[in-house]
Amino acid sequence: MLRFLTQRRGRDKLDMTDWISFGVLGFGVLLMLGPVMWLVISSFKTEAALQEYPPRLLPLAPQFVEVEGFETALQRFQVIAGEHEGRELAQVRRIGLNAQMIDPQNPDEQLNVHINDREPVRAVQVETQNYTGLFTRFNFLLYFWNSTFITVVATVLTVLFNSMAAFALAKYRFKGRTSVFLLIIATLMIPPTVTLVPLFLVVSQMGLINSPWAVIWPAIATPTGVFLLRQYMLSIPDDLLDAARMDNASEWRVYWKIVLPLSAPALAVLIIFSVMWRWNEFLWPLIVLNRSEVFTLQLALNSFQGELQTAWSSLLAMTVLTLLPITLGFAFLQKFITQGIAQSGVK
Amino acid sequence: MAEVELRDIVKKYGEVQVIHGVDLTIEDGTFCVFVGPSGCGKSTLLRMIAGLEEISGGDLIIGGERVNDQRAAERGLAMVFQTYALYPHMSVRQNLAFGLENIRMPKAEIADRVNEAARMLKLEPYLDRKPRALSGGQRQRVAIGRAVVREPKVFLFDEPLSNLDAELRVSMRGEIAALHRRIGNTMIYVTHDQVEAMTMADKIVVLRDGRIEQAGAPIELYNRPANTFVAGFIGSPRMNFLPCKVTARDAQGVSLADAQGRQLRAAVDGRTVAEGDSVELGIRPEHMHPDPDGYPVEIENVEQLGGESYLYAQTQTGVALTAHLSGQTSLARGGQAHLAIRPEYAHVFRKDGVALPRLRLGELENGTSS
Repeated sequence: MLRFLTQRRGRDKLDMTDWISFGVLGFGVLLMLGPVMWLVISSFKTEAALQEYPPRLLPLAPQFVEVEGFETALQRFQVIAGEHEGRELAQVRRIGLNAQMIDPQNPDEQLNVHINDREPVRAVQVETQNYTGLFTRFNFLLYFWNSTFITVVATVLTVLFNSMAAFALAKYRFKGRTSVFLLIIATLMIPPTVTLVPLFLVVSQMGLINSPWAVIWPAIATPTGVFLLRQYMLSIPDDLLDAARMDNASEWRVYWKIVLPLSAPALAVLIIFSVMWRWNEFLWPLIVLNRSEVFTLQLALNSFQGELQTAWSSLLAMTVLTLLPITLGFAFLQKFITQGIAQSGVK
Repeated sequence: MAEVELRDIVKKYGEVQVIHGVDLTIEDGTFCVFVGPSGCGKSTLLRMIAGLEEISGGDLIIGGERVNDQRAAERGLAMVFQTYALYPHMSVRQNLAFGLENIRMPKAEIADRVNEAARMLKLEPYLDRKPRALSGGQRQRVAIGRAVVREPKVFLFDEPLSNLDAELRVSMRGEIAALHRRIGNTMIYVTHDQVEAMTMADKIVVLRDGRIEQAGAPIELYNRPANTFVAGFIGSPRMNFLPCKVTARDAQGVSLADAQGRQLRAAVDGRTVAEGDSVELGIRPEHMHPDPDGYPVEIENVEQLGGESYLYAQTQTGVALTAHLSGQTSLARGGQAHLAIRPEYAHVFRKDGVALPRLRLGELENGTSS
């Protein structure tokens, strides 16, 4: 891995093309990975550090100190100029351009410091409470389960139904095959927002509102999936199916034992797509899931964002947790896509 | 173990008819080869027997039972495909066992049969490999093994050797023939290679454009081709044809004159032709040899293979002739030669292509059988 990453054109020193390619690639990494890294780092910041302006990269939290005679903890400042330069004081209140400060060791003496003459004391502070709070204060596991259930069930059904349709369209000759296929493809041209209202009416008539099935059923028949799988299945030689038929296999077994395993690379692609679609879906669940106990993660994230106040620390932590499964899934399934297994064995 | 009988079998794709009423009986235990040029319908016929293509008309009878409406699996046949059609995601063992698992055979019996077939086909070291890790010949053997384990009534082979190189083809040919001797099942084998047909078959069926041109034992087809097509197709290099006119004829033979009036004799029953009819005289390359009294030709090319030589020549009227000479020859390109055409070796075909019955078989004269 390291050898691959440090490959270069110049033998002893860096060639011009090395500089350019490393530069472009580095910029790409920064562009793609930067926001995600910032999100992850920020999810470990305290609420106070998040509110700070200008924002800092590292989770540096302003420090507070308990001083006798004050109900709340006071923020600590380092004085960097003026009369009290070099001292560390705690701020009591701010009045205009001046801050009223005290020495925590000597709380009776009040000092006036210009606000530009002081700087907050910061320390690295990893706030794991952002994460633990999700499990204690919010019902993260419930939302996670809701999302997982919808994603897994919808993906399994998507793969099953789409591959059956694709098998029929790719390997059986029947009247109207082309028109059925074109009809399926044609639905790609209809934007989902157009079908939103009719779909809602159907789903609500079926009494599925506030049930995960309201998200699952409308999602499983995807023209993209049928198209993708059909095109792949066309490349499976007919001889294989004929051989299986000669081998006493029923049509179902031909599909299940021959066509499906040989379509694995295409299925992996569809699985990745389906998981991403279902996991990240927002608009449709927002419409059909109204009670918080059936919320998916995306809806729960949305509910952190109130009209007046947004719980950024929880929001960020939950976003990270929401991203994780998809990222891991990708890393795992990527191997399957590159495995072309259908071509070998025949001829 | 079964006899296969085709009665007026017809295949139509919409309006297009590709098989025109084939009648054929393949006796139990016969190694039958369908041979013909590409597009003659031999593979279609095989797939109809297999049950992979619908039969548009006629009856297919296997083992005394009409099977037209049975599914491929129910007919009790096994097929070896040209592309082998091994399941690429299964190991050799799974490939062999798949057909048996489908009929819910007990696991122990499956294992027995797979091992037996693997032993017979020398596949034991490869049982746990995937097909992509096998060579062409090994894949071919797995494909045959997959047919063998099912113990079918009839084996069907669809050009099984066409993907192999020449050397492997010869050895696989021997293996398939040996397999047939050992298990004795009826086998139907499709090929476009007449050498394969001649070497393996008990019975050859020559097809052209969806019709049977001739069916019979290989030597029978070689000695008594029914028409010009079969005469040209069976035998390599192909038979030479000389256009001639009949000058005299009776039941004992025919006298012919070629375009230049040169006289030739053929020992065939001439009762179905009249004097003055245009006919074609057929003579196989291996039945011509240089002779001072022979037919004069100009030599265009000579191929010396060491053990044998081929002479490519032209008559004075521009008809190409090929002659096979055993051993080596001093004849050279551009020279003249005289080739003997002996009456007992000659075939005569009427204008409609049908052969006149031969009277004496020249092959038997210097042969060992009576």
